[in-house]
Amino acid sequence: MSKKIGVFVCHCGTNISATVDVEKVAEEAKKNNPGVSYTTTYKYMCSDPGQKLLRDKIKEEGLDGVVVAACSPKMHEHTFRNASKKAGMNPYHVEISNLREQCSWVHPDKPTGTEKSVDLVRMMTEKTRKDKSLNPIKVPVTKRALVIGGGIAGIQAALDIADAGHEVIMVEREASIGGHMAQLSETFPTLDCSQCIMTPKMVELAQNENITLYTWSEIEAVDGYLGNFDVKIRKKARSVDLDLCTGCSSCWQVCPSKKIKSEFDMGLGKRTAIYIPFPQAIPSKPVLDREHCLLFKDARKKNIPPNDSKVCRKCLDICPIAPVKAIDYTQEDEIITEKIGAIVVATGYKELDDISMYGEYGGGKYKDVITGLQFERLASASGPSEGEIQRPSDGKVPEIIVFIQCVGSRDPAKGCSYCSKTCCMYTAKHTMLYKHKVHHGHAYVFYIDIRCPGKGYEEFSLRAIEEEGATYLRGRVSRVYKKGDKLVVLGADTLTGSVVEIEADMVVLASAMKAQDDAEKFAQKLSIQYDKDKFFSEIHPKLKPVESSSAGIFLAGTCQGPKDIPETVAQAGAAASKVLALLSADELEREPVVAKVDRLPAPIFSTCIGCFYCQRVCPYGAIESEDIKARDGSTIKTVARVNEGLCQGCGLCAATCRSKSVELAGFNDEQVYAEINSVEFN
Amino acid sequence: MKIKITTKELTSDFAKEVKERSGIDVKKCYQCGKCTAGCPVAYEMDYMPNQIIRFVQIGARKQALTSRTIWLCASCITCTTRCPKEVKIAELMDVLREMALEEGVANPMEKDITTFHEAFLNSVKKHGRISECGMIMEYKRKRPKAALKSALQDLSDGSHLMLKGKLSLAPHSIKGKDSIKRIFEKLG
Repeated sequence: MSKKIGVFVCHCGTNISATVDVEKVAEEAKKNNPGVSYTTTYKYMCSDPGQKLLRDKIKEEGLDGVVVAACSPKMHEHTFRNASKKAGMNPYHVEISNLREQCSWVHPDKPTGTEKSVDLVRMMTEKTRKDKSLNPIKVPVTKRALVIGGGIAGIQAALDIADAGHEVIMVEREASIGGHMAQLSETFPTLDCSQCIMTPKMVELAQNENITLYTWSEIEAVDGYLGNFDVKIRKKARSVDLDLCTGCSSCWQVCPSKKIKSEFDMGLGKRTAIYIPFPQAIPSKPVLDREHCLLFKDARKKNIPPNDSKVCRKCLDICPIAPVKAIDYTQEDEIITEKIGAIVVATGYKELDDISMYGEYGGGKYKDVITGLQFERLASASGPSEGEIQRPSDGKVPEIIVFIQCVGSRDPAKGCSYCSKTCCMYTAKHTMLYKHKVHHGHAYVFYIDIRCPGKGYEEFSLRAIEEEGATYLRGRVSRVYKKGDKLVVLGADTLTGSVVEIEADMVVLASAMKAQDDAEKFAQKLSIQYDKDKFFSEIHPKLKPVESSSAGIFLAGTCQGPKDIPETVAQAGAAASKVLALLSADELEREPVVAKVDRLPAPIFSTCIGCFYCQRVCPYGAIESEDIKARDGSTIKTVARVNEGLCQGCGLCAATCRSKSVELAGFNDEQVYAEINSVEFN
Repeated sequence: MKIKITTKELTSDFAKEVKERSGIDVKKCYQCGKCTAGCPVAYEMDYMPNQIIRFVQIGARKQALTSRTIWLCASCITCTTRCPKEVKIAELMDVLREMALEEGVANPMEKDITTFHEAFLNSVKKHGRISECGMIMEYKRKRPKAALKSALQDLSDGSHLMLKGKLSLAPHSIKGKDSIKRIFEKLG
């Protein structure tokens, strides 16, 4: 039975009608095409009256196929499919002919635009003729979320999800949650103490009954799909039993290895081998650093089990927990598996700490050339100098301090072309913190642009200049070299065309926010996409900012790109709301535009020859293997099968399949050939 | 001309001094350049008006005080009127002129202008207001080269003005002459 197809041509204001004779397109669609029983044009098809027109005509004319010639299907396919569904038609009989992005916007004159539009509409009419009814795929949902990363983004997302009543599992690879925000001294633009606003949230998370926290743990593998992920978590050996330990502090007070560079203090402070990263750590229970611990060093040297070494057991001896001590040298990594419905990735950023790539600034060469985060630790009351600004080399209070912005940002020659977004503001903050502590000191900032597009940000940066007296010099620094105990900074002030030479006591590099070192590997583990700078990619930069390229995996915070705390918290909230929307249903509906490997009656079973080329090209890991078995249980053949939960309908498998055994619903060969043929032979 | 700014300039109190003398806070300027964009004499200047402010900001005393710009400024106040940060730029030029004279570093290329300023003020000091002929005579006497250059134009313009009764040879006096004198005495 041939279909009754309706063609609706949209003017899109003048977007289409200026370059395409829409009336002619509608007229031509009917010509020599008996299937097309109705055509019309309308100024704005996506508007409410436009959609009503579509619904009415489906009913009145008894249409069972619709071509809407309008904008890109990315824009409004969903809109028109919904409208036709309301009119009682299977929505997968609606096809969009893209007359705007792919025709009127790119063609200068009406005759060619119209001619191409006629072709485009005819192609879609032919495809529609072969459309089959499809029904949404239903998948069950595990009502539990996983949050990866325990910085401010992860904490916010976890709290939001947990507060709505769902279980959350948080995995943090460091010994404590808190992330970079816990390291900061004060926060812009309000200058409120970072610890004061961060630690209550950390405590709230630890006490929330819906949240299970795994610190000192990493994601081993993620399998499964939207609503049904299987996540393997590696709980790294902590050498401390978290259930037994009370965090009494005895062990780290007696530990003899006291000179290990503290990661939390960015190498400026020291810690012991058994340690908590910072006083407000959560959990406030220690971890044993096996690399630096004397006992483990000795055991490695002698190649004996750590428990047999007798070099130092001070922490174990002093541990007051009885009868079983909380410290356990024999603890090993443990892998646990959790069933998860949705995932929030909040793995954060890494400060550009390899400043030796800026040899011209003395990065990595001079002790008094430090990074932004190091300055935060210097200024922090919980830092190595208890908040006094002292230069690392000799503890002197710097009288002249120079801040260099855009170190590792906006520098294509060094392979980092993007703007790190936060440095302008944190440098302004640094000048204030400095001036508040060293009243007579001079602070100079070399900048290219001062970028402060946030609420209260412009005022904040002007305050640094006008009220606090920081001097801003417009130009990049070319070189920093040592002269006596001073650091000579060679820069420029392009506003006057001057060369600037400052003899400074300390130099602070506003280092860039970079993606985590293992971001690429991690993205591959999760089958999510990442950009040229290894930040994870959102699907749509404007309209889908927290959705990753894999369904059910959401992004929050700086793992997606540089951003400040307010923006991170907002994005974490957005990611949480997306997770909640998923977890609120018992079953999920998915677009049925997925691939399928054919299954035929015996004795063929499937034309699939089991070469699994499709598996190699699938970006989503959606191809599984299936053994077709005889009644006696013996395997007849092994063939490919598409996991509908994972498939995103990209069609790579269908294009790759050598035996033409894979078909993409809604885009099968017959339909695509019908489209092509309609152009060639007319 | 290459300018070099060092720690000495940057840590100097030039901007503070300017602020104390005039109340003008140059730190407020964010270097948008609107003053320069609207300045009717900027084309003649060695440094743009915004650069003069910048010199004060970064302590480049020498560049600011020896510039020709501060003398070329016609005090039309377009810059001050339009400045988005309400920096009184024209007034700043005045302060810089004063400082340049005090320190004896005024740009020698603009001696004509400084002499004219002097002649103007001397006339006011003497008569309470300017005596055009007296002022011109003093100026021409002190700057004979400039006098020669504009001699013909002065003759023709001067005679027109005199015929219309706009220019008298003898100085006019005003009522409060003594008060004016006292002002000058007070200011030294």
